[in-house]
Formats: sequence, structure tokens, C-alpha cells
Amino acid sequence: MNGETLVEVQGLTKHFPVKQGVFARGKQVVHAVEDVSLTVRRGETLGIVGESGCGKSTTARLIVRLLEPTGGKVVFDGRDITHTSQRALRPVRQEMQMIFQDPYSSLNPRKSIGQIIAEPFKIHHTEKDARTRVRELLERVGLSPEHYNRYPHEFSGGQRQRIGVARALALQPKLIVCDEPVSALDVSVQAQILNLLKGLQREFHLTFVFISHDLSVIRQVSDRIAVMYLGRVVELADSELLYEHPRHPYTAALLSAVPKPETNGGGYGRRRIILGGDLPSPVDPPQACIFHTRCPRMKPGHCDVDAPQLRKFDGDHVAACHYPVEKWPISEDELRRRPGVETGVD
Amino acid sequence: MSEAGSGATLLEVRDLSVRFRTRDGVVQAVSNLSYTLRRGETLGIVGESGSGKSVSNLATMGLLNRSYTDITGEILFEGTDVLKLRQEQMRRIRGKDIAMIFQDPFASLHPMYRVGKQLAEAVLAHEDVSRDAAWNRAVELLEAVGIPNARARARDYPHQFSGGMRQRVMIAMALVHNPDVLIADEPTTALDVTVQAQILELIDRVKREFDCGVILITHDLGVVAETASHVLVMYAGRPMEYGPAQEIFTGAQHPYTWGLLESMPTVEKRLEILVPIEGSPPSLLHPPSGCPFHPRCKYRFEPCDGERPPLFRLPDGHLDACYLPPERKRELWTKRIGAELGVT
Ligand SMILES: Nc1ncnc2c1ncn2[C@@H]1O[C@H](COP(=O)(O)OP(=O)(O)OP(=O)(O)O)[C@@H](O)[C@H]1O
Ligand SMILES: Nc1ncnc2c1ncn2[C@@H]1O[C@H](COP(=O)(O)OP(=O)(O)OP(=O)(O)O)[C@@H](O)[C@H]1O
Ligand SMILES: [Mg+2]
Ligand SMILES: [Mg+2]
Repeated sequence: MNGETLVEVQGLTKHFPVKQGVFARGKQVVHAVEDVSLTVRRGETLGIVGESGCGKSTTARLIVRLLEPTGGKVVFDGRDITHTSQRALRPVRQEMQMIFQDPYSSLNPRKSIGQIIAEPFKIHHTEKDARTRVRELLERVGLSPEHYNRYPHEFSGGQRQRIGVARALALQPKLIVCDEPVSALDVSVQAQILNLLKGLQREFHLTFVFISHDLSVIRQVSDRIAVMYLGRVVELADSELLYEHPRHPYTAALLSAVPKPETNGGGYGRRRIILGGDLPSPVDPPQACIFHTRCPRMKPGHCDVDAPQLRKFDGDHVAACHYPVEKWPISEDELRRRPGVETGVD
Repeated sequence: MSEAGSGATLLEVRDLSVRFRTRDGVVQAVSNLSYTLRRGETLGIVGESGSGKSVSNLATMGLLNRSYTDITGEILFEGTDVLKLRQEQMRRIRGKDIAMIFQDPFASLHPMYRVGKQLAEAVLAHEDVSRDAAWNRAVELLEAVGIPNARARARDYPHQFSGGMRQRVMIAMALVHNPDVLIADEPTTALDVTVQAQILELIDRVKREFDCGVILITHDLGVVAETASHVLVMYAGRPMEYGPAQEIFTGAQHPYTWGLLESMPTVEKRLEILVPIEGSPPSLLHPPSGCPFHPRCKYRFEPCDGERPPLFRLPDGHLDACYLPPERKRELWTKRIGAELGVT
């Protein structure tokens, strides 16, 4: 069971054309996902974390083949689905479901909750008595069967997300891809939904790909975590290893930026690695190491010339960096120093 | 509250209540709210969605439509009750003495005008200077909020700026007239953590350099812990707990504050099970009797649904609206909540 691969993604790449004027010549593309390789093991939760626009949602959509990749391949449950037609994909679709960030916009406002959850049964003709099954599902996700005839606008954000979860569970999928499922919710309700997802995973041996920009949330659910930056996976590791000792300076910066309730007393600035500058454009990503334009450890003549490959640390831990973080926690000064290099940049 | 080392009082909200008359009935958005802001302080206002954080500050800004809104109480800005001011008097204060930064910087910037021009217009709105001088001031402000190459970037349109840069522009906009009170309503909610860190640091620097008072509205207790000198916890339009940040983060008193703290996922470790606050906030059309939090409270007992709890003043000066006996609170905090957070 464990360790067995459910999804394998190799060299996955997605370029979107950039909208241009009628007379524009040069073909410009958004490098949304660039050469991403990863596996999702049966029964685990693979977390994908990174900042806005780094390609998390695109990766998710590629995995469940809502998008066709520009390059690379996707193998689901032993089957190469990279270029399978939408028609031929239909039976596979039942086995891969998605839960979205905004439960409201993904629920049809004119349909009752019962109709919404029963929908997949009808499409796939797998269940005779949809009604009973829907009531069971409602109960399982913590809603009352009496909610069957109510409409989405009558529900709070957390309740709507429960409806989204029930709908995703309806066809007993093997894989559920959750794209920021709790990002729009208050912390109190966020914890309710995270507990629900964790419980369902144990009960139904589900495999999750869980996307979030929130490092605290992703830690609570993930067995392994991929950190993305500008379309690429820059670090991938067992969750505990990643938080105990991040290797990539980008992961380090992300981790140090998380505000914590226990560090009270105001006064900003301690321990925090403030990244300079802005995220580069994915239309024209930096050459060599994609993080070099913002990296406190950047070494001119190396990082801006040679692209670092993913390199192995303990266990399955990999990171793509020429000057990985040697110890954690690290002070800002130390972070600016590279091993074997006398002074930091600027 | 903490008198020592604090600056002059800028804003004093006294027993503020805001009711909206709607088709469905009266929404009691804010009830009996009081707080004080002094120069050099950052007051963090936290609470779940719908708890009245924005509405109370919109009242301060004079931005609530009085034709269907009933406001009672006082909002004293340097001693003057802004609720009694006429429209044009309020307009002179708004944006000049009291400025606000909103959550969505894109919605607040005009897409068709250059960033520098929008800032220059804001300068001209309250100051009688030449266009050139206004433009130069715009560039200075962009520099002050850390926009690199400000003179050139001032000629850009908002869409050419990233989310973080647009939020910097909004902060620059708020600083145009060197305000005394800066109200930031969820200024980083739409931003990534690394950008959030930049913006929060900027707000903190601005507070010191411009010597103003800051009200920071957020639903993230982590953000409050890192930036605020004082904390006001709101629920269903009411103050639940209010006091110096230090006291609240080392000895929170109210079960609602505990609930918020406990339900926060921590980056420090993985928990088998998180501790949510069960249920959801009440409708403000029909708020519950007694303590508004009692239907969701793990520790409720017989007085909680009866008379509404007053704000009890604790020896350390902090205020708490909860009937639980202090010994019981202390025990719960030291044994459970505080211990869990590692602050006791
Ligand atoms: N259909 C599309 N056409 C053009 N560009 C796109 C399209 N979808 C995504 N992109 C671009 O691809 C990049 C990656 O986007 P994606 O939505 O995958 O990021 P994300 O990590 O999910 O971000 P967020 O946290 O904001 O949801 C972005 O630059 C985005 O603008
Ligand atoms: N114009 C209005 N008419 C009627 N009700 C309103 C109006 N504006 C706000 N409310 C209600 O007042 C209450 C308080 O809203 P407010 O916007 O202050 O909440 P908040 O704490 O800022 O929440 P959030 O975190 O979601 O921004 C909510 O129940 C809201 O629905
Ligand atoms: Mg996304
Ligand atoms: Mg608000």
C-alpha cells in the first residue's frame, strides 16, 4: 500500500501563449510549469507550496488532465494519460477529483445541495439510489441530511467547503486534488475542514495532492512537500525534514516569514529573511538558477551562469541550489554568507 | 491601559454602536465598542469574518451611509467627535489626518492613470502647490515606501506593478498628508508571506518615521503578535478582550481568544488533530442573548446566556468580557492553551 506510486509526473511543462497585439511577431509564452517531476504515493498527502503565480494550480490541473501539458508526461495508476482524449479520459475522471478554493463559485447557485452532490452519480450512472448515498455523504462531511433541499447561498463558507468535499467524495475517487481548500476560511473553520479531510483520508485511504500558499496549513496535512518557485520545484522532502532543515534559501525565506503568535511583543524584523525585489515575470524567467535575482546567497559568476540540478540530501530530500542552507535556524547574516566565500553580496 | 511611555491620545472610541437598517431587519454590526489609540501605538483588531472590524473603522472614516445606518456613541479624534461633523468638515479630516489602506489595492487604484499622477492628485486635493511640486512629492513618497527607481516607475500604470508594489503605492497614498492615524484594513491578506513580511515591516517603519498611530485590522493573530502593541479581539460586533499585546499573548483571558489561538495551524509542528472553534458566528440580525460567543463556547456555564457580561478590568489593566472565574481561567491557560502555545 504505502510507497506504491499512484501518480507519476515527469518533466511536466506547461506554457501559455501571451496575448499580443495583432502585429506582434516573436512568440512569447508564460512559463507556468517548467520541467516538474514528482510522484504521489498511494495513501499519502503530497503538499505543494509556493507563492502566488508559481504554478501550483497549473500543476494540479495538469495532473488531473484538465489541461494538456506542453511537455513531459503524467502517469495515473499505471496508465499514461498525457495525451488521452477527453472522451477516453472519462472513466479515469471518476478516480481523480478536485476541491477548489472558492466553494461558492464552484457550486451552481440554482441547484439544491442534494442535486449538486447527486450530479456525479447521474453523469456516471454508477448509483441507483443517489438520494440515500447523498444523505450519507452529507452526514459524513458534518452537514445535516435536512440540508438536502437548501441552496448554496444559505450556507456559510465552511459549510460550502463541506459540500465541495462531499461532491468530490461521491464517486469514491483514488485521488483528490485540493487547490487551496481552506484559504478563504477563517482559522476556526479552517481547522474544522482540515480535520475533516484528515479523517476522510484515514477512513477511505485517499490520496491527496494538497495545494496551499500557507506553510502552517501545509505542514498539518502533508507527508511530503514540494516547494515551487516560478514554475519549478526547487525543493522536495518529507514534511518533517523540510521543516526541520530547509535546504533551499527560498524555502528558508518562506519559513522565516511566517508570523507566529508566540513571538509576541511587536517590533518587526527579528529572524526574518526579507527577500529583496519582486517576483520576476514568468514570461521571462531568470537564466541559470531561477531564484538568483532575489537570493541572499547569490554568487555572481556561478548562480547566474549555471542552473543547479536537484541534489540529494538525507533520505528523499532534494533541493536545487549551489549553496544550500547548512543549518537551521539560520540568522540573516549567516544566510548571506556562502560556504567558502568570504563576504556576501552588496 | 498602559500609560507608561505612550504618546498623546489620538483616537478615542466610546461606546460605539452601529446598526444597519436592512430589508431583512436591523443588523447590529457593532455594539458597545470602546478603544483608545495613542501616537506610536499599533492597535491590532482581530476576529472572524463579520465580527465588525471594518464597519467600526468605516465609522471613524465617516464612510458609512447615514441614511440607513444608525450610529451611537462617540469617536473622538484629538478631542473632536467626528460623528458630529458635517460632511465637508469630515472630508477635510479624511485622507489628511486619518487615512485608510484597504485590502484590495487594485480596486482602489484607477487603472487608467499613471501611479505618480494618482499620488500627485492626492497631494493637490489638500495642498496648494504646483503640479511639479506635487509630482516631486509623489516620487518622494514612492521612494519612501521602497519602490526602486521611483522617478521612472511613477510613470507606470497600476497593472505594471506587482501586488506587493501596488500595496506599497496605497501606503504611499495614505501617507500623502502625513496622517496622525493610519488605518490598515487587512493590508496583507491578498499577499504572499514574503511580500507580507515586506509590507508589515514597511508599516512599522512608517509608524516610527511619520510618528503616527496605526490600527491594523486582520484575522491573523500571528500578524498581530508580531506588529501590535495593543490588541482588541472582536466577536459578533462586540469587544471580547482588549489590552496590551504582551498581556494578551502571554495570558489571554477570553475563551474566544483561546479558540482563535488554538485553531491556528502552527508551522512548528504537525498535529494529529487541530482544535477548531465548532460552529460558526451568529447572525447579527438575531444575535444570541448573553455572551454572543456562548453557543460555541466550550466553557459556558449558567450565567452565560443570561445577562450580557460586562467588560471586567483585570489587575494588569486589560479588559475581558467573560464570566469564568479568574482562577479557572488561569488554570485553563497555564495547563492547556498557553502550554500548548509554549508561552507560559
Ligand atoms: N490560462 C492561462 N493563460 C495564461 N496564463 C496562465 C493561465 N493560467 C495560469 N497562467 C499563468 O501561469 C502562471 C502560474 O499560474 P498558477 O495559477 O498555476 O499559479 P498558482 O501557483 O496557482 O498561483 P495562486 O497562488 O495565485 O493561485 C501565472 O503566471 C499565471 O498568470
Ligand atoms: N452596508 C451594510 N448593510 C448591512 N449589513 C452590513 C453592511 N456592511 C456590513 N454589514 C454587516 O456588518 C457585519 C460586520 O461587518 P464587517 O465588514 O465589519 O466585518 P469584518 O469583521 O470586517 O469581516 P471581514 O473579516 O470579513 O472583513 C457583518 O455581518 C456584515 O454583513
Ligand atoms: Mg492557484
Ligand atoms: Mg473587513
